[in-house]
Amino acid sequence: MPAEFGGVGRCIEPARIGLFGSVAWPPLAAKRSVEQRMSDFFQFLVSGLTVGSVYALVALGFTLIYNASDVVNFAQGEFVMLGGMVTVFASAAGVPLPLAALIAICIAVVVGLLLYWLAIEPARGASAVTVIIITIGASILLRGIAQIVFDKQFHKLPAFTGDAPVDLFGAAIQPQSFWVLGGTAVIVTLLYAFLELTLLGKAVLATAANRLAAHLVGINTRTVMALAFGGSAAIGAVAGVLITPITLTSYDVGTLLALKGFAAAMLGGMGNPLGAVAGGILIGLLESFGAGYISSTYKDAFAFIVILVVLVALPQGLFGRRAVERV
Amino acid sequence: MKLLPAIKVHVAAGAVGLLFCQPVVAQQTVKVGSVLSVTGPASFLGEPEDKTLRMYVDKINAAGGVAGKKIELIVYDDGGDANKARTFATRLIEDDKVVAMVGGSTTGTTMAMIPVFEEAQVPFISLGGAIEIVDPVRKYVFKTPHTDKMACEKIFENLKQRKLTKIGMISGTDGFGASMRAQCTKAAPAYGIEIVAEETYGPRDSDMTAQLTKLKGAAGIQAVVNPGFGQGPAIVTRNYAQLGMTAMPLYQSHGVASKSFIELAGASAEGVRLPAAALLVGDKLPDGDPQKKVVVEYKTTYESTAKQPVSTFGGHAYDGLYVLVDAMKRANGTDSKKIRDEIEKTKGFIGTGGIVTMSTTDHLGLDLSAFRMLEIKGGDWALVQPGS
Repeated sequence: MPAEFGGVGRCIEPARIGLFGSVAWPPLAAKRSVEQRMSDFFQFLVSGLTVGSVYALVALGFTLIYNASDVVNFAQGEFVMLGGMVTVFASAAGVPLPLAALIAICIAVVVGLLLYWLAIEPARGASAVTVIIITIGASILLRGIAQIVFDKQFHKLPAFTGDAPVDLFGAAIQPQSFWVLGGTAVIVTLLYAFLELTLLGKAVLATAANRLAAHLVGINTRTVMALAFGGSAAIGAVAGVLITPITLTSYDVGTLLALKGFAAAMLGGMGNPLGAVAGGILIGLLESFGAGYISSTYKDAFAFIVILVVLVALPQGLFGRRAVERV
Repeated sequence: MKLLPAIKVHVAAGAVGLLFCQPVVAQQTVKVGSVLSVTGPASFLGEPEDKTLRMYVDKINAAGGVAGKKIELIVYDDGGDANKARTFATRLIEDDKVVAMVGGSTTGTTMAMIPVFEEAQVPFISLGGAIEIVDPVRKYVFKTPHTDKMACEKIFENLKQRKLTKIGMISGTDGFGASMRAQCTKAAPAYGIEIVAEETYGPRDSDMTAQLTKLKGAAGIQAVVNPGFGQGPAIVTRNYAQLGMTAMPLYQSHGVASKSFIELAGASAEGVRLPAAALLVGDKLPDGDPQKKVVVEYKTTYESTAKQPVSTFGGHAYDGLYVLVDAMKRANGTDSKKIRDEIEKTKGFIGTGGIVTMSTTDHLGLDLSAFRMLEIKGGDWALVQPGS
């Protein structure tokens, strides 16, 4: 601890900076060496990447479903919650952790399929807004059921490879962060391979491009849509299992995650999987650097400002397809 | 065909008979209301409070009730929402016509309900934490939990003993966190404490490494205080250990005084200090301690009935209920105004939170000795020896 700098501590007055309310600039500027600033930067970077990966996975789920069915599924966050909560309760009941995680993913997939068959499919003729409201209703239902089946407390999972922080360029990183980043990379690669290299994947892309045409060439669009729901539920559940050792879980973590994942998907361009990942990482980094360098009070605001800016100025997102309509 | 008119006559007669019964039944019970946050983000406050109130009302009723009447406890769940709490408070006054209320799990819900009870002139014993509930003193509002101001003062007292004067604060932006932060800022100069750096986090945030990194770099910092409750402090504690800051003492508030905090924070909770009620270390208290009997008895009863580890928040509900019941006994009736007067005259009441002596200017009745400084050792609470 730089105790020898005690006397210089008051030279930077806590500043009331207009918009950002009462922010006490920590007396960092005058005393942090270049090395310490680098390690701060790295700390913010890794924590931003970790949290951004979760947003990326949620955004991927949004994108997958949107691609297959033009539905924005606001129950996406609940899949993440299910992944975490079911694993916690299964492993508390004595099931070994990997098996508990697998059970959680299977249950999430079943819930996703049920959501499609019972709520979305019967409303297939309805307008987009109606279906979105249905998904919001589904998320409230899932949250309510989780409250009753599980409980209202917070829960944690043990980190996969222990808690001892890893020192990287002066920043202390939890080993679990590497699992999250690695897991996200694996899922994105697998998804990409599936969509581009397998026939079923191409069917999904075809349905996304033009549902009627896909239907006409013999693709069973209902199967494709069910697959999309099941797949994004699985992705959400994996995200939940990976992130719970770091962020803890409870029955209502889904709401904020869904909002931020939606912001990420919009930022990256709704419908573009790589864009979704990029959007998620960007928002995670924005939050982390914002909290680190500007103000921690408004950390949540960054994601919401992004939604506003994107919806107003850049509705197709950074990498979205520009919609071209032939007249 | 003839049966139907006969049935109608009998039903009518029965209804008339019931009408006569009603007033007699009502006189035998005294209605006590409670609006608690049994579900929602404050459920770890409201749930033990709810369980405690129910189990002790049953106990009191089994022993004959109070002032010759049985207590009818009416509980509503506000889910941590101040608006819902206010609606339920109005319902308690207008529909259920309660004579008194023990409830308001959080500061937010309490502040929303205060005007309702003040206007209806019904005594309200709150279970919320912030000092603004009883400061300025309102005629009909009392509270049992220690205030955030006392928590700050207890922490500063301990810091002063350890000769640590420069601290950093990282607080939650929820009602309790913000209130305690303000109290600590006000109280610091009196103990010679200087707050060198400050950070905040949202109550639903999942990662505080950015804020803690900034605190770590603050010049001359010797200890960190974390006002807040819920999952936030658990994550702060974990991140604190992750960043290797544990050589610097970390102080939590009494908002984390429950086993679930130790569970969530895991090994990183070792060495964390916090002010808390004697209830958490009941069996470790010396035998001469005046609170020991009450505390151990409550702990045993709660744990055997609710099958959950005891929590200080349930203890506040116990204190609130018994302060009310004792007042009702002294008032020997169910007149709300008389009950209020007797609550104000509470002297030397030994509760789980401390020894309560109220007055016209003090509607809390506790002093700094009601808080004990605890340290988490080996996954359990340990009393900090005086002078360390």
